[in-house]
Amino acid sequence: MTTFIARRLLFALVLLAAVSLFTYLLFALLPTDPAALTCGKNCKPELIEANRVRLGYDKPIYEQYAQFVKGIFAGRTYGTGDIAFTCPAPSLGYSFNQHECVSTLIGKTFPVTAFLSLGAFILWMLLGVGTGTLAALHRGKWQDRLTSVITSIGVSLPTFYVGLLVLFSVVIWLQWLPFPHYASPTENLHDFFTAMILPWITLAVLSAASYTRITRNGVLEAMNEDFVRFGVAKGLKNRTVIRKYVLRAALIPIVTIAGLDFAALLGGAIVTESVFSLPGMGRLAIRSVTDSDLPVLVGTTLVAAVFIVLANTIVDIIYGILDPRVRLK
Amino acid sequence: MSTTEATVMAPEVFAVVESKSPGRLAWERFRRDRVAVTASFVVFFFVCIALFAPLVCRALGINPLTLDRKALNDFGLPNGPFGAISRKHLLGVEPGTGRDILARLIYGARISLLVGFVSTLLTTVIGVVLGIVAGYRRGKIDALISRFSDLTLAFPSLLLIIALTRPFTQRLESLGVPEGNPARLTYIVLVLSLFGWVYVARIVRGQTLALREREFIEAARASGAGHWHMVFKELLPNIWAPIIVIVSLSLPGYVAVESTLSFLGVGLLPPDASWGVMLGDSVKYYRADPAYLFIPGIALIVLVLAFNIMGDGLRDALDPKSDRQQLG
Repeated sequence: MTTFIARRLLFALVLLAAVSLFTYLLFALLPTDPAALTCGKNCKPELIEANRVRLGYDKPIYEQYAQFVKGIFAGRTYGTGDIAFTCPAPSLGYSFNQHECVSTLIGKTFPVTAFLSLGAFILWMLLGVGTGTLAALHRGKWQDRLTSVITSIGVSLPTFYVGLLVLFSVVIWLQWLPFPHYASPTENLHDFFTAMILPWITLAVLSAASYTRITRNGVLEAMNEDFVRFGVAKGLKNRTVIRKYVLRAALIPIVTIAGLDFAALLGGAIVTESVFSLPGMGRLAIRSVTDSDLPVLVGTTLVAAVFIVLANTIVDIIYGILDPRVRLK
Repeated sequence: MSTTEATVMAPEVFAVVESKSPGRLAWERFRRDRVAVTASFVVFFFVCIALFAPLVCRALGINPLTLDRKALNDFGLPNGPFGAISRKHLLGVEPGTGRDILARLIYGARISLLVGFVSTLLTTVIGVVLGIVAGYRRGKIDALISRFSDLTLAFPSLLLIIALTRPFTQRLESLGVPEGNPARLTYIVLVLSLFGWVYVARIVRGQTLALREREFIEAARASGAGHWHMVFKELLPNIWAPIIVIVSLSLPGYVAVESTLSFLGVGLLPPDASWGVMLGDSVKYYRADPAYLFIPGIALIVLVLAFNIMGDGLRDALDPKSDRQQLG
């Protein structure tokens, strides 16, 4: 078991190293000059050159990458003397556009994304597993048909469109809620909830659709298993059999997919954050694209990749614990 | 979920009733599913409209590029209720320009479906080839392909697609792809395929690995079948069912992704329009002209929903377990 976990973790590290190298090279080879973007249009060439040296863009690409990786672990100081400034570890670079370390920017925006993802995640798991079980237990009856129609619509809709419709109908046409202005929960709990409730519902309802389907299939499949029949034969109550035998077996594939979906959201819910103007990591990333803010773009891509790889690894390890056959591969 | 079982078709189960080929059984099951049949007619209708867009528009006497200033009021907004719906403009006109929305919708179907079809085709071909090679050859090639797919999955794809739009369309233009929208469309299709093949390859690899151990493969190997025979005569005929399902379910996905990209501002340039571009556009007029917000949206929902229902119907029809499960 220990060697299995060690091997998975090692592989995750190698994968992350490859992702960071690839991302760095990809963006560094783009035809934009990061140094020229450090100051406005009427910038003096001397200042651009000074900034180039200060940010290390004058060095060859492999040296830049080495500096970047070193910064992640040891922090990084730009320039020398009075004008020097430091981004402490884990430094992901410095954004001249926003005059901040990339890690600070991500640190500021990440909580928003985390709250958004966590709330939506809880909602969609409850909704998806609940309706999926309901549909499976009433297989072929109207409850099953209704959920099948609703999930078909749910998986078909693009998030941005549903988000906009929800936003327009609740805020502008019906005026049930004020226009959302995000505030952190410690600052203003009321504003936090009014800003979060619509994105939570939108994300949860759309994502729940596929979970309903997976749960329904899983429950139906589990009900044919011998151990479930055994439970019934032993004289357990239906409710107990479903909770302890059926759901437990049906939930294994759901845990996998849920872990990956949750990680993908944590890396920035680009569309949802754009629609509902939430100041999260996804919007930070999109803004860095429009501003050609390369350090922020590289930083957000990397952080998103870390979440994806981490979730993959954790899911693999959990699988290894649940099903010993996986470990042998 | 159930696609993995689709290939495990034991002929003797059916032989008892009447000798029918698995394909014919699937077709009969599909035909009985009235909802799925209706959905495939809707899909067929949209495809026809897209294919014959110029004819349809001429028959209706509309043109997607004609500016109709008379249909707009002094503020540039549609002059009339529901986006100025009239006998001349059946679905109203676009705010700002006065272009006919129905005509734009018909031509937009062309672009949206083109993106969907070509992306699906590319991802399926790449995914099936790499998946079969990995599952069939195993060893180093399998490890290489699997590690490469792990790497592809590790990237936040939507962000990369958006970030690389400008430099890569410029690169495509310098390589000789016509400037503007052809280059943008090529980029979108290529990049969607680049990230999309992994999902197909994983499923196909898994199927191939499972089939590899079956007796009929062993029998073919024992009688000295070559690689080509193995792949085309033994493996492929047994995995086409899940492949068809993937195709029918991923196509609407790509249509929706294209609309999302257009909404995020990396789609087509005017005056061409896909449905996604129209949706992204209509958002600006949500207060003054709500009708414009609903028309392309409803079209997109109907198309994507029809594809999904058809795909589900196909999956149920191709899954031999779907009949037996009724008993359980």
